[in-house]
Amino acid sequence: MADLMNVSYDTLIPNNVGLSSDRKVLKALEKWHPGYLDWWQGQGPDGFQESLVYLRTAVSVDPKGWAKFDYVKMPQYRWGVLLAPQVEGRTIPCGEHLGEPAWQEVPGEYRSMLRRLVVIQGDTEPASVEQQRFLGATAPSLYDLRNLFQVNVEEARHLWAMVYILQKYFGKDGREESAELLQRQSGSTEKPRMLGAFNEATPDWLSFFMFTYFTDRDGKMQLEALAQSGFDPLSRTCRFMLTEEAHHMFVGETGVGRTIQRTCEAMNEAGISDPYDIDKIRALGVIDLPTIQKKLNLHYTLSLDLFGAEVSTNAANAFNSGIKGRYQEVKIDDDHRLKDATYPVSEYVDGEILLRDVPALTAINMRLRDDYTKDAAGGVKRWNALFRKYNIEFELILPHEGFHRQIGVFAGAPIAPDGTIISDQAWQKQSEQWLPTKADGDFIQSLMKPEWESGRYAGWIAPPRVGIDNKPGDFEYVQLHMA
Amino acid sequence: MTQPLKQHLIDPEICIRCHTCEDACPIGAITHNDDNVVVDADKCEHCLHCIAPCPTGSIDNWRVVTTAYSVQEQLEWLELPEQQDILATTSDSADTQTENADVIALLAQAQQGAGEMACAPASATRPVQNLFTQSEPLRARVQGNFRLTEQGADSDVRHIILDLSNASFPYLEGQSVGITPPGTNQNGRPHRLRLYTVSSPRTGERPDTNNLSLTVKRENHGLCSNYICDLKRDDMVNLTGPFGSSFLIPNDAQTRLIMVCTGTGSAPFRAFTMQRQREMAAINGSMKLFFGARTPQSLPYFGPLNKVPGAFLDKHFAFSRVENRPKTYVQDRLRADSSSLAKWLIDRKTYIYICGLKAMESGVEAAFFDIMKGADQDWQAVKTEMLKDGRYHVETY
Repeated sequence: MADLMNVSYDTLIPNNVGLSSDRKVLKALEKWHPGYLDWWQGQGPDGFQESLVYLRTAVSVDPKGWAKFDYVKMPQYRWGVLLAPQVEGRTIPCGEHLGEPAWQEVPGEYRSMLRRLVVIQGDTEPASVEQQRFLGATAPSLYDLRNLFQVNVEEARHLWAMVYILQKYFGKDGREESAELLQRQSGSTEKPRMLGAFNEATPDWLSFFMFTYFTDRDGKMQLEALAQSGFDPLSRTCRFMLTEEAHHMFVGETGVGRTIQRTCEAMNEAGISDPYDIDKIRALGVIDLPTIQKKLNLHYTLSLDLFGAEVSTNAANAFNSGIKGRYQEVKIDDDHRLKDATYPVSEYVDGEILLRDVPALTAINMRLRDDYTKDAAGGVKRWNALFRKYNIEFELILPHEGFHRQIGVFAGAPIAPDGTIISDQAWQKQSEQWLPTKADGDFIQSLMKPEWESGRYAGWIAPPRVGIDNKPGDFEYVQLHMA
Repeated sequence: MTQPLKQHLIDPEICIRCHTCEDACPIGAITHNDDNVVVDADKCEHCLHCIAPCPTGSIDNWRVVTTAYSVQEQLEWLELPEQQDILATTSDSADTQTENADVIALLAQAQQGAGEMACAPASATRPVQNLFTQSEPLRARVQGNFRLTEQGADSDVRHIILDLSNASFPYLEGQSVGITPPGTNQNGRPHRLRLYTVSSPRTGERPDTNNLSLTVKRENHGLCSNYICDLKRDDMVNLTGPFGSSFLIPNDAQTRLIMVCTGTGSAPFRAFTMQRQREMAAINGSMKLFFGARTPQSLPYFGPLNKVPGAFLDKHFAFSRVENRPKTYVQDRLRADSSSLAKWLIDRKTYIYICGLKAMESGVEAAFFDIMKGADQDWQAVKTEMLKDGRYHVETY
């Protein structure tokens, strides 16, 4: 029997699912592997494939010793298939099958719904690697460069996680979907990635930090919901992915925090107290706080769109069938079937924002989005604490749910960040104050100069408070190999 | 004084509230509100399951306290409190003060060679000191007492392992502990305390064992050393300390260590080497050891030392009493390695540690002087810089 805690290296693909005795799936994955490596070389981090990067590799799903840190060349990273340990006697936590034993095989009636969920989740993983592939060239430090690559290799491992589910449980369809996952490409006109936010560019490091904070947090919430799935292999794979996803949240939260900290420090040093004295602040070589708010507005709203329509029958079906639960489903104190429950959902009718109670079953997306907003507010609170620390009067705010939306009831509605409904004309006129302009982007771009010396940081960002794996400040996180 | 407690805390400034630790905790000792994730000191059993999965490093924080910070208190923190000075707040009796003066005097005497400027390396872990005092010592159980020198050798050096049971005694490599032999002297006063440098790394003889080891040489008529060398398994010993705040290693993996010792002066270097093997096993070429003894048979840890790969620890042994061989001292071995040492000495990443008999100091310094002179450098200037940076450390007796 396979050792389900420790990762087996007896096949080319590290795994804790007993691949060596599962010839069919092993063969399918080995066939997929070369194409994957081609994708990584072609669409993965540009220019650093030969560098030695201090990365963590999952070697066990046992919390006590799950990760090992060492230098590795990224193409040689041991991507593998890792599932959290099976919970004995686990039952379906929601919907009409509540309380029945969790499925170990795909239930036939939900096959296509399940496949679609897995494919959508799987599609986001390589997409973010593609979006971030040119960032290495402008990394503000070796520490940040390493964090970028850690995020990249783990997103790529998440692709593996989803491909394993497809190959193992979906036969020929699964093989085809797996191949497609390597063919779609972020931002491509012919074969774009499936979700909007994953076709947007990540042009600079502040965007990267905002992306990992806001957009990866959507990923986290989706994984949390899928971790509640009655289909046990999906639940287990998502539970383990969440352990890795936490690092991505960390990169985002501390990245934005360090950017803010440096700006505040520079303002204090220069004796500038007005955060809106933008030209003077930019002249210090740091990103002014109003621009940071604009970036926040953009990334937060793009991420809200990822949750789909507020009222959705697809979401209701997924919940009702036990395929996808709510955030922390098992900790919620209700009937887990949502027979008669209602949930308040915003509506935009005739230029008015109304709150209406709808059947909770159809408002699953909305509820997850609300949990997301609450989760996202935590970091914003931390960032705001920095302003108090540096005695600067400023506050970052999550904009109103109706601001700058493309999907759902607010799509295209002219709503200001504070929730005021304005005219289309006013929106057009003022959007420059709320969303980053090309000039803002150009300014940020002008600061994006790489810093390759160990322990040194670009002038627009503060060093981290602690190193990765407890390493000291001047640790060489990436041993560069410049071709 | 209540028994001090090593409390597990999460740094709220670094934590991102991902709750991974909460999921990893097998006994539900971790909880949270919207702002912070915190560890309940009443529940935490220090199993460390939560440490590795934390993506931020915020989880690995510890404070020695007399009263634990409550969950409620922690939930409201914006930042971690500093380590409180346990000594100043808990022990102010006259007796304790005399005792502290004793320890300070002993340490100052031992570290005289580095002068008053001696300070800890910038990246060293902040040491906890004086947790246990003579009036309230830590009762440690003897786990083992092994002779390190061969039976026929001219000295009897012992490796003593002391089990600390459930007590919190957070020592660092290079720190010392105090032992007072039981009984009283002819004036009816307790015997004087003796200091011994710990020879195990902070995580114990084996990773995560709560014990420490000492390296003790039996001295003729030495009251305390004979007491210790005669200890048997399961005997109980009164320990005080930990003591010492400057003879510590940097945590920075880029630093290089030159360690020079004789006899039981090897104790801290055994701890340094083991600590680096545990924390930075992949880093080769960053440690040199110059070790002097009369013969290989009387060199403590000769066997285990030989098993440490040369790439990890560059070893230079000097023997002064081997038949038909010229007498060799550590300073001779230093000079023989001068071309490499010359480069190390002027590198600001290099740290020097000298430990052993007082008599060795002058010879070692003379060797450094010559090596620097050969490289057109002024040893005094180099040494002053090192002292200022906490890169030059001496502990001799």
